[in-house]
Amino acid sequence: MVTSRRKFIKISALGLGGIATASSAFQMFGTNSYLDTIAKQDIANKFKRSATYCEVCFWKCAAWAFSDEEGKIKKIIGNDEDPHCYGRLCPRGTGGVGMYADEDRLKTPLIRTTVDGEETFREASWDEALDLIATKFKHIKDAYGAESFALLKHGSPGSHLEHLFKAYGSETIAEPAYAQCRGPREAGFNLTFGSWVGSPEPTDIRDTKCLVLIGSHIGENMHNTQVQEMSDAIDNNATIITVDPRFSTAASKSNHWLAIKPATDIALMLAWMHVLIEEDLYDKEYIAKYATGFNELKDHVLNFTPEWAYGITTIKPEAIRKTARAMAHAAPSVIIHPGRHVTWYGDDTQRARAMAILNALLGSWGRRGGFYFKEKISVPKFPHPKYPQPKWDWTDIGEQYPLAEMGITTEVMKRAIPSKDNKYPVKALMVAGTNITKSIPNKKLLEQAMDALDFIVVLDTMPMDVTGYADVVLPECTYLERYDGIRSSPNREPSIAVRVPALKPKYDSKPGWWVAKQIGERLGLGDYFNYNDFEEVIEWQLSKMGTSLEEMKKIGVKKFPRKSGPLYLVEGEKHEFSTPSGKIELYSKELKSLGFDPLPVFTKHPEPPQGFYRLNYGRSPMHTFSRTANNPNLNDLKSENNLWVNPKVARIIGLKTGQSVWLRNQDKITSTFSIKVRVTERIRWDSVYMVHGFGHNNKKLTRAFGKGINDTEMISNVAIDPIMGGTGMRGNFVEILTEDPHKNTEI
Amino acid sequence: MRYAMVIDTLKCVGCSDCVVACQTENDVPIGYCRDWITETVDGTYPNIVLELKSERCNHCDNAPCVRCCPTGASHIVDGGIVLVTPNECIGCGACIQSCPYDARYQHPEGYVDKCTFCHHRLEKGQLPACVSVCPTKCMYFGDLDNPNSEVSKLLKNRKWKTLAPEAGTKPNVYYLI
Amino acid sequence: MQEELFTSGRNIPHIDPSLEIWHWPISVYLFLGGLAAGLLLFAGLVTILGKEKEYPTPVKYASIITPIALSLGLLALVYDLTHPLYTWQLYTTIRLESPMSWGAWVLLVTTPLSYLWVFSYFSEIFPKRNLKFNFLKNFEKFLKKNRKNMAYALIPLSIILGVYTGVLLSAFNARPLWNNAILGPLFLASGLSTGAATIILLSKTAKEKYLFSKIDLALIIIELGLIVHMIMGMYAGSQVQLDAMNLLIGGEFTLMFFGFVIILGLIVPGILELLEIKGYKVPVAIPAILILIGGLIFRFVIVEAGQLTRYLY
Ligand SMILES: Nc1nc2c(c(=O)[nH]1)N[C@H]1C(S)=C(S)[C@@H](COP(=O)(O)OP(=O)(O)OC[C@H]3O[C@@H](n4cnc5c(=O)[nH]c(N)nc54)[C@H](O)[C@@H]3O)O[C@H]1N2
Ligand SMILES: Nc1nc2c(c(=O)[nH]1)N[C@H]1C(S)=C(S)[C@@H](COP(=O)(O)OP(=O)(O)OC[C@H]3O[C@@H](n4cnc5c(=O)[nH]c(N)nc54)[C@H](O)[C@@H]3O)O[C@H]1N2
Ligand code: SF4
Ligand code: SF4
Ligand code: SF4
Ligand code: SF4
Ligand code: SF4
Ligand SMILES: [Mo]
Repeated sequence: MVTSRRKFIKISALGLGGIATASSAFQMFGTNSYLDTIAKQDIANKFKRSATYCEVCFWKCAAWAFSDEEGKIKKIIGNDEDPHCYGRLCPRGTGGVGMYADEDRLKTPLIRTTVDGEETFREASWDEALDLIATKFKHIKDAYGAESFALLKHGSPGSHLEHLFKAYGSETIAEPAYAQCRGPREAGFNLTFGSWVGSPEPTDIRDTKCLVLIGSHIGENMHNTQVQEMSDAIDNNATIITVDPRFSTAASKSNHWLAIKPATDIALMLAWMHVLIEEDLYDKEYIAKYATGFNELKDHVLNFTPEWAYGITTIKPEAIRKTARAMAHAAPSVIIHPGRHVTWYGDDTQRARAMAILNALLGSWGRRGGFYFKEKISVPKFPHPKYPQPKWDWTDIGEQYPLAEMGITTEVMKRAIPSKDNKYPVKALMVAGTNITKSIPNKKLLEQAMDALDFIVVLDTMPMDVTGYADVVLPECTYLERYDGIRSSPNREPSIAVRVPALKPKYDSKPGWWVAKQIGERLGLGDYFNYNDFEEVIEWQLSKMGTSLEEMKKIGVKKFPRKSGPLYLVEGEKHEFSTPSGKIELYSKELKSLGFDPLPVFTKHPEPPQGFYRLNYGRSPMHTFSRTANNPNLNDLKSENNLWVNPKVARIIGLKTGQSVWLRNQDKITSTFSIKVRVTERIRWDSVYMVHGFGHNNKKLTRAFGKGINDTEMISNVAIDPIMGGTGMRGNFVEILTEDPHKNTEI
Repeated sequence: MRYAMVIDTLKCVGCSDCVVACQTENDVPIGYCRDWITETVDGTYPNIVLELKSERCNHCDNAPCVRCCPTGASHIVDGGIVLVTPNECIGCGACIQSCPYDARYQHPEGYVDKCTFCHHRLEKGQLPACVSVCPTKCMYFGDLDNPNSEVSKLLKNRKWKTLAPEAGTKPNVYYLI
Repeated sequence: MQEELFTSGRNIPHIDPSLEIWHWPISVYLFLGGLAAGLLLFAGLVTILGKEKEYPTPVKYASIITPIALSLGLLALVYDLTHPLYTWQLYTTIRLESPMSWGAWVLLVTTPLSYLWVFSYFSEIFPKRNLKFNFLKNFEKFLKKNRKNMAYALIPLSIILGVYTGVLLSAFNARPLWNNAILGPLFLASGLSTGAATIILLSKTAKEKYLFSKIDLALIIIELGLIVHMIMGMYAGSQVQLDAMNLLIGGEFTLMFFGFVIILGLIVPGILELLEIKGYKVPVAIPAILILIGGLIFRFVIVEAGQLTRYLY
């Protein structure tokens, strides 16, 4: 009993002693069940520990999955060495156990058939499903050309299928993470700094003195290191300025919350530029050395006074000046955060440009506490024959949007709708790891397109809404049950992480790489898949990188020294930006030459008519889009979304917290399900707010079905960004219905 | 030794990671929890104050749950941690009635369960699961008897409160405000 | 506007949105415990005063009810435990600070005693039945001799039992409705009153009925006084206590509390008993039954409403 004393005195760093008496008390009762639990927990150390990186969102935190012999994932813990998570996962990553455990998962391949005139799915063997898919691939190639088979993908399975599609001859590929997400900011920052922002964002939040969040709701948006570093910034007494019409969690942590009128951010930013220039607060040396177009900018913002912006944004001129000075005071350790989901009002690239220009004026790009120069290490390509050259691809489909740098999902879908002047007809579609009916707005377009397509195959882990449109559904195993590509992301320091299966695939599910290989082999593309197991690919790649799978299984994450040079601009040294001029382009000649505004201008956007409210949406920290709604652990935390309504509105309509309501938008689209009201001061009186990703319509999702409203359903007015094709989704207005509009109709 | 948890409400974002982490670490069945998150909103748009808090058993110095337990299943161990021994618990519910924080629940297997301050992890020199995952690092854990511990220092240098002090339980979970 | 909500993690069965840990068996248990306490006290008192001949009901007939009430009460308690297989753990320790613990011990002593008491009257209650075995007969004789001793033991035990039924609740600081010093005496008075009512119900002599009506009336007056005292006290208390009281005075339990407990359960039977004492012809069963029902509902109301009251949220 006394011997145990030593064992317990370990947390010395924390100033903790032992719990020796406690433990001896336990030992007095031989069959104490608390002891049993402790014993059980001790086995926790004997749980199998497998290296992985999280797939619950795209931050890709490296983690350890602990599994037991009964085939359960017990817990998932962040990898301490990982610069994406510093050993701490976010709630969704911790709740990743539920991705594996969810008993509603897709279990076998499914093939659409007709029984008694009713379309339904029947279970099929992998061979049958894969043979059918291969036949379709061949048919499409023969009849229309491989290019007519499109791939919409997101996340890890995407890369395996991208390889398949390129080998097959199609680069008709797109993902919602561009035109529904980051596209505008990548275009805007690229135009200005000659560099994408990319993921993870190279924002040096932990060392910043001033963090400006414009509609970026970190804290609800749980992108891990951003959240962690924002907390560090709070510890460091950094000034936080949040611009958000809603009182976001981040706003509640801020020194300044600017409760902006929605859709007016560009006006605020122009006024900030005005103040910085007029009050001589901008970084003159930096601008002189690295930027071009300052004079044009100066002239441009001359009249955009805080007083002018006040009329538009409803933010008091004094608050605008004060915050501008606060930023300048902190400069260059200041970050005007580029945001991430930025497809809002259609002029989003211009808004991103305004953010980029502000960063330039403050001299924060390439400075400590601003934006660091990220670096990643490239993973050698596993040898395979050259890809054939498609006759046309995603660039041709998006040709109307000159600065689109990735496929535009909505444009790809448009090409599926037959018309005379459709030069790039899409005839078949594979969907992998994206729930397009929830992530892509404009349901009418999607349904028209899916109706017209000859063939749709969906690779997913769950019976999500999108699977309902498929001809063939393939069950992928979860990220905890498979190998995937090596993670190599840009960061302060290059690093890689591996994903190793913690357990065998459950049910009859298979990894994405296997599916790609199986289809490829059936198409005679076996040369592109010259391995039996993806493990071999990783092994080969790792050995080329000076490590091994064996080592990586033990450490999970490996860091490499920087090679590209210092993290920040070096005083006195020249720096070439990858823009046409080699400088930061405040004034964009490129935009000018393409017929766009070379400097951002404020455009007025429609406002909700009488009786309507602007539909605002965002993230819940406990969920990722639609993918986690049915996750048993995360659903337990939050099982449905709520409609945030200002008390004034609640009074007018007579709404109470907890009451169920329906929504109807400006295009007379009515929500399928109802949503429970939350009356709260955190939202403006002209808007309502809900978390994206709920309102699932597939009954097979036993926990998520019918819970809350699907915001995407209400987004039928899409403001396309003319520069890069982003789908602005924040210009939709809804009425609140207190009576069930479906009372007399069957759903 | 006096264990205490200190939670910085100025940093907590209410993400609930501490809740899931506790569930997976401690096999808390789905539908139950040992810790939870509350949100308090005060004011009128746009002058609003929001407080997010992670709550759990306060491991009270003056623990009514221990006093009222007829079997001794609820007991205090060294460091002031309040624990329940499942096999001594008859499920009478007295302790649940006695806790002003509703920090205890009836485990589906019948006994009463609650936060243990991850006693089993402390023994191995690890922090409680919730503390170890919190992405904002807003939770601190340590010994209040040691004036040099992080928790002691935080309580010395920052403003703090405990929950329902009027209930007289002398809680050991502190909230920095 | 002020808003307070659970962001996550709270939807625990029987705990959220409000406690429902103790169900009807607990109310029944408290009621039967109080009833038994009343019966035992009266049996003990009558015995010690040597008035068994004049007042046979409390010592003889009504005392049959006692062991039944105690046994059913215990059953009800165990029925409401969620880990009942471990009930024996109650008797591995004595925990003075836990009313539940000393309640369990008091019951452990009182229940057998109440059986023995009835056994000591076996031949008198069931004159036609003979005890088959000699040792039983001897045992009965032995008990009979020791009745006074038993009575001396029963008086404190029954008072503890009666008080315990109230203190069990009032010891909970966390439930503002329960947490007041009056609940113990109030439950004791109410228990005695139900005991008296039972005796009235079973009694065959006018003398007995008269005496116990008088006792009962006094208890009713005491109870009403205690209730007023409790309400005033709570009103002078903190916000949580005010809220708690409002559940009874102007909330969902008002009808039950005023209608069934105070008016039908106390005032009406009180008036009827007063009339009876004054010599009017009242069928005595009516106030007695009203008192019993009122006493049961009283415990339901307090147990249910008390669980709704809390400090936080
Ligand atoms: N209305 C509205 N639309 C939006 C947004 C919004 O906020 N509101 N946000 C936009 C943004 S920023 C983005 S990035 C996109 C995201 O869009 P998506 O990536 O489409 O997001 P999810 O809805 O999570 O859909 C992911 C799908 O992948 C499946 N899945 C999960 N893990 C795996 C796996 O390992 N393998 C396979 N094969 N499938 C898997 C899930 O079951 C789910 O069907 O949505 C965009 N669309
Ligand atoms: N928990 C969780 N975290 C996630 C994700 C997730 O699904 N779940 N998804 C990840 C992904 S892929 C992305 S892209 C990011 C998205 O995360 P962000 O880029 O932070 O999100 P947005 O949806 O652009 O921003 C939502 C905020 O914008 C505010 N807003 C609405 N209209 C306006 C306006 O006109 N002006 C201003 N200034 N603000 C406005 C809303 O009130 C809300 O607070 O989140 C990432 N992190
Ligand atoms: S941020 Fe969270 S969900 Fe995203 S990868 Fe990291 S742990 Fe997973
Ligand atoms: S994990 Fe940390 S930040 Fe998240 S809710 Fe819990 S205490 Fe707050
Ligand atoms: S919080 Fe409740 S359960 Fe925990 S020690 Fe205090 S009274 Fe007991
Ligand atoms: S429920 Fe268990 S732990 Fe709680 S008081 Fe009863 S016996 Fe003790
Ligand atoms: S200390 Fe352990 S048991 Fe308590 S809430 Fe945290 S994780 Fe759960
Ligand atoms: Mo995104």
